[in-house]
Amino acid sequence: MRVVAAMSGGVDSAVAAARAVDAGHEVVGVHLALSRMPGTLRTGSRGCCTIEDSLDARRAAEKLGIPFYVWDFSERFRADVVDDFVTEYSSGRTPNPCMRCNERIKFAAVLEKALALGFDAVVTGHYAHIVSDAAGNRELHRASDEAKDQSYVLGVLTTEQLAHAMFPLGTTPSKAVVRAEAAERGFTVAQKPDSHDICFIPDGDTRGWLADRIEPVEGAIIDRSGATVGSHDGATSFTVGQRRGLNLGVPAPDGRPRFVLEVRPRTNEVVVGPREALAIRELAGQRFTWAGLDPVASGITQVDPARVAAPAASSSTAPAATDALLAFDCHVQVRAHADPVPAVAHVAGGELIVSVREPLLGVAPGQTAVIYVGTRVLGQCTIDRTVSADEPARAATGASTAPAADSDPASATLVGSAAL
Amino acid sequence: MIYLDHAATSPMPLEVREAYVEALQLVGNPSSIHAAGQHARAVLDDARVRIAATLGIDAIELTFTGGGTEAVNLAIKGLYWARNAGVAGGGSAGAGSSSHAAGDGHAASGDHAGVAARTRPRILVPRTEHHAALDAVEWLEAHEGATLTWLEVDELGRLSLDSLRDALGDGTDVALLTMLHANNEVGTLQPVAEAAALAAAVGVPVHVDAIAAYGQVRIDPLPHGVSAVSISAHKIGGPVGVGALALRRGSEVVPLLHGGGQQRGRSGTMDAAGAAAFAIAAERAHAELDDRASHKRMLRERLAEGIRRTVPSAVLRGAAGAIAVATDPARAAELDALALPGTLHLTVPGAEGDSLLMLLDARGIAVSTGSACQAGVPEPSHVLLAMGLSEADARGALRITLGPSTTVDEIDALLAALPEAVERAQAAGLAGQVPRLGRLP
Repeated sequence: MRVVAAMSGGVDSAVAAARAVDAGHEVVGVHLALSRMPGTLRTGSRGCCTIEDSLDARRAAEKLGIPFYVWDFSERFRADVVDDFVTEYSSGRTPNPCMRCNERIKFAAVLEKALALGFDAVVTGHYAHIVSDAAGNRELHRASDEAKDQSYVLGVLTTEQLAHAMFPLGTTPSKAVVRAEAAERGFTVAQKPDSHDICFIPDGDTRGWLADRIEPVEGAIIDRSGATVGSHDGATSFTVGQRRGLNLGVPAPDGRPRFVLEVRPRTNEVVVGPREALAIRELAGQRFTWAGLDPVASGITQVDPARVAAPAASSSTAPAATDALLAFDCHVQVRAHADPVPAVAHVAGGELIVSVREPLLGVAPGQTAVIYVGTRVLGQCTIDRTVSADEPARAATGASTAPAADSDPASATLVGSAAL
Repeated sequence: MIYLDHAATSPMPLEVREAYVEALQLVGNPSSIHAAGQHARAVLDDARVRIAATLGIDAIELTFTGGGTEAVNLAIKGLYWARNAGVAGGGSAGAGSSSHAAGDGHAASGDHAGVAARTRPRILVPRTEHHAALDAVEWLEAHEGATLTWLEVDELGRLSLDSLRDALGDGTDVALLTMLHANNEVGTLQPVAEAAALAAAVGVPVHVDAIAAYGQVRIDPLPHGVSAVSISAHKIGGPVGVGALALRRGSEVVPLLHGGGQQRGRSGTMDAAGAAAFAIAAERAHAELDDRASHKRMLRERLAEGIRRTVPSAVLRGAAGAIAVATDPARAAELDALALPGTLHLTVPGAEGDSLLMLLDARGIAVSTGSACQAGVPEPSHVLLAMGLSEADARGALRITLGPSTTVDEIDALLAALPEAVERAQAAGLAGQVPRLGRLP
């Protein structure tokens, strides 16, 4: 195949490109220029992070003897990842920019450009594993190295995107093996430190970075009864689960620490409460996708004929066949490095609804919930709303986009008829 | 490989390479007093005389530099500082004064008092200059109190003399005019003599960046009013890292580099071997100039005609592009005198230039999107924007530059590969703008 190897300048993507070459593919190395440094002169900007990354990527390509180019996606990246990040935060949601980048840039803009230019696939250094079933349908699975597994941030990929993705590191037992291989291949980046944090916030100070971009407005901190217990300098600088920096004037009646439960940008309110109120028992989102075949086609569950979409649910973003899915057992993961939690998922009323079997802490709207069945990534949703573990009845808590319709109380109970 | 990017750098002919390697074996620093030094000095001085001859100037008027960018920086910053340090000279040729390098660089120290005291803060600069000049003048603006007066160009990329006349005024507050001899992206020749005459009339010195033009068209004799001319060796088959500034008698620059005072306006050990190789390349280019020009012109016309036939959506740019669509032979001849013989520039609607470049590269054909200095991260060319193109049109730029060794077969191979590359790049261009994947309905 003719493939584009996305080369960040790190060790993983260099080894991934090398393995694609070894596998006999015709490989072209591409470094994505994702951000532009502001400058008074001509912006000589390149590289997602630094010129050094670009040079490191180029050096690895030279070592492999493959052509190397820089593709400028800085405008798309700004619009689809950076601006989206700010917008989501200012809406009181907590987005994952790496997922957005995979969804909109690496496996969208870049992949589409590659396909148009005559390539067959995009190769990256992600730790995730693609397998094909007997019929040739592609499935996304966790990497062999659980510690490095990046299947979470790839959970947004659809069938079509997976069909043109290649992850040569997916079955590598550990990162140490990759580093050793890089050293053996003579890559200068063999010992380059792993990248952390958000690439467009180089100093790691997300709060400070956001504060420069979202005008803070003073407002009230309230408890779950609506009583004012303090004030804040800007609701959007808080995240769900946060404890520090609340500076509450009114102590809790029981004297126990309080945590941010919810951020309401529309009313500029921050809701606080006890730690146990952070635990949720249900999360749901309208923006969901399946990574490969959907659960019905995969034989994981069936469509419930009694609940097949009513016309009212026509705004659903889900394919009709998966609307009103019978529930199935799964695990749900809500952050890149969080532990997966046993859960039951189903689709109803245009939402993917996930009920967790054990209380889950620190879940905020805007986060992505990735659904696993065993090691397989089944799909994902962006969380619109959650239901607290200690809430008596299902209610929209938070996201202004929470749907009011179709709040069938039965859907919150565990149906648990999954065919696993 | 089919190499059609001679404006980025042109391959070194065997004769030049042999002379270069031989000169590299010289022992001795040209500034040393002993016999070895004198021998190296003789090689260097000989080269200086021969290169000066191609410009119609005296040897003392040629300062070797470490490449074209240094020459441009020395001319622009050096003239600016000299003109604002109260030093004599810097005016039009023949103003008469010492031919020694002016000043010791105190004027360049850039403290606020010094910046506030600039008596000639203005630099006149066309919008279409090479980045060597653009970044230099913008640096002077940011750090040395310069004010920039941007000059307009027409749709061919040729400097508007009306714009220059307006900008010059009575010239009293103008430090210098810097301009290209030929635009490095679209290949349009500039009205150097007319511009220099206007500047000279009000006592404003002119620097001409002739790096793209030198050896392609005759620039000798240097017009009255031109104080400094930058040239570079590797654009004509000489070594990279060797350039020169022709600095006319009576013109002075404050040096960029201090230490040793080996040359007029420049310190640093002189590169005898580089100079020797430069001299051979320069002499060859000038001896064969007319033959090379007619050869390249023939190929350029074949290419332009072929592109119009096989890629009708492409738009040919600059003076060379206008020739291809000119219906009146008299107009075509007029335009031909405004075009570098070996440069053809085009834009392809809906395509990214870097996609075209990559696709042609995969077929073994080396071309450029414009200035190699911008390679890596493509930005819409400032030259094309100044010529009135939209950002979208400017993104689809492709520059094809021919050399003396370019053949008819190579042109035909490019023409054979171009239609498919254009088709694919146009499809990719749409994907890059508004991707379909990764978006929920």
